[in-house]
Amino acid sequence: MITLEHYLVLAALLFSISVAGIFLNRKNVIVLLMCIELMMLAVNINFIAFSFFLQDLAGQVFVFFILTVAAAEAAIGLAILVLLFRNRGTINVQDMDAMKG
Amino acid sequence: MNFEIPNFLPAVPEMFVLGMACLILVIDAFLPDSRRDVTYGLVQATLVAAAGLTLWMMGPETVLTFSDTFVKDPMADILKVAVYVTSFLVFLYARPYLMERGIHKGEFYVLGLFAVLGMMIMISGHNLLTLYLGLELLSLSSYALVAFWRDNSRATEAAMKYFVLGALASGLLLYGMSMIYGMTGSLDIAVIAAELVAADESMNVPLVFGLVFLVVAIAFKLGAVPFHMWVPDVYDGAPTAVTLFIATAPKIAAFAFLMRLLVEGMGPLHADWQGMLIILAVLSLAVGNVIAIAQTSIKRMLAYSTIAHIGFLFMGILAGTDSGYASAMFYVIVYAITAAGGFGMIVFLSRKGYEADQIDDFKGLAKRNPWFAFIMLLLLFSMAGVPPTVGFYAKLAVIQAAVGAELVWLAIVAVIFSIIGAFYYLRVVKMMFFDDPQEGAEEPVQPSGALAAALSINGLAVLLLGIFPGLLLSLTHYAIIG
Repeated sequence: MITLEHYLVLAALLFSISVAGIFLNRKNVIVLLMCIELMMLAVNINFIAFSFFLQDLAGQVFVFFILTVAAAEAAIGLAILVLLFRNRGTINVQDMDAMKG
Repeated sequence: MNFEIPNFLPAVPEMFVLGMACLILVIDAFLPDSRRDVTYGLVQATLVAAAGLTLWMMGPETVLTFSDTFVKDPMADILKVAVYVTSFLVFLYARPYLMERGIHKGEFYVLGLFAVLGMMIMISGHNLLTLYLGLELLSLSSYALVAFWRDNSRATEAAMKYFVLGALASGLLLYGMSMIYGMTGSLDIAVIAAELVAADESMNVPLVFGLVFLVVAIAFKLGAVPFHMWVPDVYDGAPTAVTLFIATAPKIAAFAFLMRLLVEGMGPLHADWQGMLIILAVLSLAVGNVIAIAQTSIKRMLAYSTIAHIGFLFMGILAGTDSGYASAMFYVIVYAITAAGGFGMIVFLSRKGYEADQIDDFKGLAKRNPWFAFIMLLLLFSMAGVPPTVGFYAKLAVIQAAVGAELVWLAIVAVIFSIIGAFYYLRVVKMMFFDDPQEGAEEPVQPSGALAAALSINGLAVLLLGIFPGLLLSLTHYAIIG
């Protein structure tokens, strides 16, 4: 029997992996975008699981909105990435150090 | 299952702004580059008309609509008007800056208008879903705005940092919201509050777990220490016209977001979030004021000063009393007006191919143009909290709120750090009045057109609101207490 706790632990694990990915990754900006996407999906698992076990539809509606916003967010992220590559010729995270202080 | 037609009336300003933003987007696509002023005029007219609509529908009652996801109350009305006024000023200041750099594009205004719509929804959200959607509409527009000077490498880098940390904050917020939803079984702010009152001990741990995520996300969005890393980089890297925008009106919306989520929704957990906000407030006051001293760029200096102001804002809210909330609301409106003037001054001194974004660029301003040196003096005094400018009353009100909540030590910490903070504001004043202009920049500054007029009004407003603080104070009181 799969209980609510199983889903919550899975979501928490995915969420932790994505946060760790954002902070540990020193190489590629695209990996950052993937981590952000994973984070949204981890939250979606949470919402769906709660929605199912509470027998309440609102959580599933929220997931649709999250998916839509995540798509828009990815579009903007990739657009900024293209600009970054055009201006710099690199998408290395370590090269993003023009500003300090 | 029956479907009821919702009451559209409370959301008329939002619908109007949405319709106009879409319309302007289409009109702008058909305009040649030489006619961008039409877009500008339409956007400003939209803001004025939206302010008219909001003022016309203003009322003392709280109206819920769209299945209780949207609320119109006095606080929402007053904050929306404050958002319109600051956005109007920002667009007015931004126009000459954009024209001189050849980036006077319609996108700036249209994205700005969508961001205003996002702020309005944040202010009126009464459901986790609407609050989230409003926040995302604001954030996504802001990311695009920061990146919108496409050939500028610094702006692109700032946009990337803003995007990654902003998306991280959204993720944390959503995770917190999902925990709250799971524990209370509802997305509605009022139902959540009622469920929290009825909640038993066993639910406390997961609820506080969710609350931590919410507070961290809000701290990220507002730029409170230790989640402030992006603020100086984004303020510094973004074109000054965009910095002007993201540093002012969104703070008002973020205050409303904080009020709806923490005070109205999580109010019963006040004891838990008060401690978190105290830590954030003390750290923000300390780090913001101390690091600002070391800056040579005025944009970075103002960024750290923003961080310190956020500390003061938290002080008003964490008091947990109605007068505390009213003082925080007063503080955030005063901050938005003052910051608009401060960044407006940078725009005013900048010329084509030359950014007045170093503190040294303000040297000898009194010799180049005494009137605008005086205006900048008023704005800096207001940020530092020197009477009789309005910034003094704002600081006084939040400190009173902290004392009223028996947090005298916090009030003392705030006073000490604002004295430290006064140093870097007064250093700029000293440079403007007692130093000689830098070589190559001795010529007098020629005030021109609407920018100079609006900047003068903005500076004088800071003084006049300080001499007669009663009006704005009673408005914020009315908004929170009724």
